[in-house]
Amino acid sequence: MTTAGRRIPPFQRFLDEQRTIVYRFLLATVGPSDADDCFQETFLAALRAYPKLRNADNLRGWVMAIATRKAVDMARSRARGPEAVPDIAGVLSERVRFEAEPTTPGAFDDDSLWREVLELPPRQRVALVHRVLLDRPYPELAAAMGISVDAARANVYQALKRLRGGVRKREAV
Amino acid sequence: MKRSDLKAAITRATASVDVRPHEASLEMRLEQRARLAAARLAEQAADQGLLDVAYGSADSPFGPLLVAVTRRGLVRLSYPERPVDEELEELSRTVSPRILHAPKATDEVRRELDEYFAGHRRSFDVPLDLSSVAGFRRRILGATARIPFGAVRTYREVATSAGNDRAVRAAGNALGSNPIPIVVPCHRVVRTGGGLGGYTGGLDRKRRLLQLEGALSAPLPV
Repeated sequence: MTTAGRRIPPFQRFLDEQRTIVYRFLLATVGPSDADDCFQETFLAALRAYPKLRNADNLRGWVMAIATRKAVDMARSRARGPEAVPDIAGVLSERVRFEAEPTTPGAFDDDSLWREVLELPPRQRVALVHRVLLDRPYPELAAAMGISVDAARANVYQALKRLRGGVRKREAV
Repeated sequence: MKRSDLKAAITRATASVDVRPHEASLEMRLEQRARLAAARLAEQAADQGLLDVAYGSADSPFGPLLVAVTRRGLVRLSYPERPVDEELEELSRTVSPRILHAPKATDEVRRELDEYFAGHRRSFDVPLDLSSVAGFRRRILGATARIPFGAVRTYREVATSAGNDRAVRAAGNALGSNPIPIVVPCHRVVRTGGGLGGYTGGLDRKRRLLQLEGALSAPLPV
């Protein structure tokens, strides 16, 4: 019986297992034109550090933390947010619409909600995607972002509050 | 509107419109994009010196062979019945976990194998990486690699040329775990007195390889 964690798998298997969730996360946080670059950067950084990993117990958490850093860096380096991804916008806004609890359902369409998501500050946007699109529990979200659980909750709360504000503004018009 | 009313409204809306086909195709497109992005990783990894083991497969009369190469050369060739996962696990343990599917990197090996099986090649030019094999076993494999096309040697002869004429059994063991069969031609090592000896890939394959090289006469057609 050993106390060490599971041995890390060959990198290709790790890539096969994690590529879809990482891609989904990046598509929603940085948009389609930057998602590929961020994806490559994420997995190259992972490949660089890979042989030094001591065990394979939390590979998903590990790679999502790398992807989160890359997404925040990319979002900060862009003056404007990325353009909309219609597919992701549809799924995301359906979820956000529910979470944001608008007073009148259907008061805004996918595109306008998506635009507001893209205007969120990078950390709020990343937190919202982790929580609302990927359904990741707060402790995992906090670990990926390198912040406390309370700070993670606050980021999601602020994001939803802004989105609700946007909805009210439109309804008032 | 309360949260519970909203939830009910959404449930009704999604029940009346079947959203599954849309979700399924979204899922598929996402997976497709992720797969393409992942396939592009190997090239950049190689450029940055981060790819330690590249693998692909090569067709052969015995079925698809797994081919793995390092910067030094061919490190593994395995027969179809060997589970790929297990082979990669072993490479990960003995060489490096930085392993990616990168068929292009195995093109040269594939080409030489094609020529060999077509009868147009008598020796392999690709460099070999035997660094994961230690000591006497490595010397045995080195001695075996020098047996010319179409010739055979006995286990004792191979042990002798590896520097220990009494290590006949050790020679047999080293050849039994040859990581690069065909290219390191362990099929050319036979028993003193004419018996074929053993072969990890099965005696039938040993026979067919020796027939291909003209070292063993082909069975008469029925």
